[in-house]
Amino acid sequence: MNGQPGAAAAAPTTSFGTPDPVAIAFFGVFITITLGITYWAARRTQTADHFYSAGRSVTAGQNGFALAGDYMSAASFLGIAGLVSTSGFDGLIYSTGWLVGWPVVLFLIAEPLRNLGRYTFADVVAARLNPVPVRISAAYGTLATIAFYLIAQMVGAGSLIRLLFGIPYETAVMIVGAAMMAYVLFGGMLATTWVQIVKAVLLLGGAALLALLVLSKFGFDPRALFAEAARQHGAGVLAPGKLVSNPWDAISLGLALMFGTAGLPHILMRFYTVPDARAARTSVFIATGLIGVFYLMTFVLGFGAMVLVGPDAIRSIDAGGNMAAPMLAELLGGRPFLGFIAAVAFATILAVVAGLALSGAAAISHDLWSSVIRRGHPKPGEELQVARLATIGLALVAIGLGVAFKGQNVAFMVGLAFAIAASANFPALVLSVFWRRTSTAGAAASMVVGTTTTLALIALSPAVQVDLLHKASAIFPLKNPALVTIPLSFLTGVLVSRLKPDRESETRYAALEARLLLGAE
Amino acid sequence: MTVPSESPAPSASALRATRRVAVHRWRVAAALTAAMVVVYFGFIALVAFRPAFLARLVTDGLSIGIVLGALVIVAAWGLTYTYVHWANRVYDPALAALRVHHAEEGL
Repeated sequence: MNGQPGAAAAAPTTSFGTPDPVAIAFFGVFITITLGITYWAARRTQTADHFYSAGRSVTAGQNGFALAGDYMSAASFLGIAGLVSTSGFDGLIYSTGWLVGWPVVLFLIAEPLRNLGRYTFADVVAARLNPVPVRISAAYGTLATIAFYLIAQMVGAGSLIRLLFGIPYETAVMIVGAAMMAYVLFGGMLATTWVQIVKAVLLLGGAALLALLVLSKFGFDPRALFAEAARQHGAGVLAPGKLVSNPWDAISLGLALMFGTAGLPHILMRFYTVPDARAARTSVFIATGLIGVFYLMTFVLGFGAMVLVGPDAIRSIDAGGNMAAPMLAELLGGRPFLGFIAAVAFATILAVVAGLALSGAAAISHDLWSSVIRRGHPKPGEELQVARLATIGLALVAIGLGVAFKGQNVAFMVGLAFAIAASANFPALVLSVFWRRTSTAGAAASMVVGTTTTLALIALSPAVQVDLLHKASAIFPLKNPALVTIPLSFLTGVLVSRLKPDRESETRYAALEARLLLGAE
Repeated sequence: MTVPSESPAPSASALRATRRVAVHRWRVAAALTAAMVVVYFGFIALVAFRPAFLARLVTDGLSIGIVLGALVIVAAWGLTYTYVHWANRVYDPALAALRVHHAEEGL
């Protein structure tokens, strides 16, 4: 990087890696409150409708906070603050990219989704098509997205908790898996929603407090903070640096971030928790505001950590820079504040993992079991049982993946999850909502080709071939395949729909057009 | 389950009215999406191809890159506000009228 080592503040004496009673106490309070919520929610979660969508009783404001809670993962809080603190400006590519997906969700997806679907995004794609091939392909895309997202969160949780609480990696992964399972299994969507809301308030509050403490050192003028960063580490920290050595990589990553949000199953599922499309719209508006404020604060946190803690000290604790925000908290607020921020980070991961597990369980029970295996006629109460079994299965898979992928780069994995979501789910969703000629074969092919080519190109990319397998070069030049796979998936959907149209699909579309706008009365 | 045959076939006039509202919404949604794409990829293109421009300082400590990055976030807010404003003022009344139209036909 451009920084001159030695100019940074001396490394503070940290208590990282030792069990911290304050952090554990804060975390204990969070677990107690959320399990209390789960107990309350469990008594209201008797049917599949409650399990998947909280009986559609969530208000627009609550869902706005819950969407923000589902979205602001530890990768964005710790990862972006870390990236900015060690590379300066380059980290801001992520801050902006992770926000600009939200307007796209609002304009194209939120309202039609709420009007046409019930539990999963496949409901919308399958609404006028032959459900069996569509649901199988949608479940494939959904589960692939969730698997990568889960790996990122579990690996993040394990290393984070080891550093913050001094608990062994494997134990930490198991704690996360068990707590997530309890929320989803007993409390379903209602408990998951409230866990997200509590977490969103804690995370926004914690980040705001930390940002204010940083700015108080600079007369509450961000310019003074940036100027000090440039003075200590060179003017280069305020400009694009070597993170964007390949311009097409930057554009491909940008595409994945922008269109991935609109294909994330756990985000899409949240639109079914509100009473109607208008509430869905309002909730995205609120979420966009909250998430935007959060990412603006990451500018301050990242540069604050760069100036006050120093990039070298940050990298000495964690090479990826993930500990920048917690180190900043310890420097400015002592051990109690570190404990608070650590507990918030842990809570963040738990909440995101719970949301992911719930959407994965819905894909298995609603899309695969009820619609494919039972051909749309499950026995009464059966779907809920399958969803609960799927939750247990997913918790075990998540723990297994977390242990297996120990040491992987977290932000990178999240980037790949976004690439799959953008290429597998988003094109089929847009085509089926806006294009009357979309056929069963077209939608299914778009999802299968989108998912498969994304996975294949990831395997052939420099990230796997060079960084992981240590080969000299990679067959596919881009780290993130979205630049190729998103257009490919759209093209496949259009071409296959043209070549293999279904007659009924267009007539059925006419019957659905009013519902697309007005919803099911 | 979402069985399409639940909904009866709409009349030609109801379908026309529905499509008018749908086309209007699609145009607004597509225009706003295009605006967001232009803003964000304009920024990313500058990062990728004109890094020296973004390195210029507006005032001490504030590079053009940081200002534009913050403006991307502000633009995202502005566009979502524009959509919600339009939807509440224009789209919702149009939906209400459409709902009446459909109710009159007993759909």
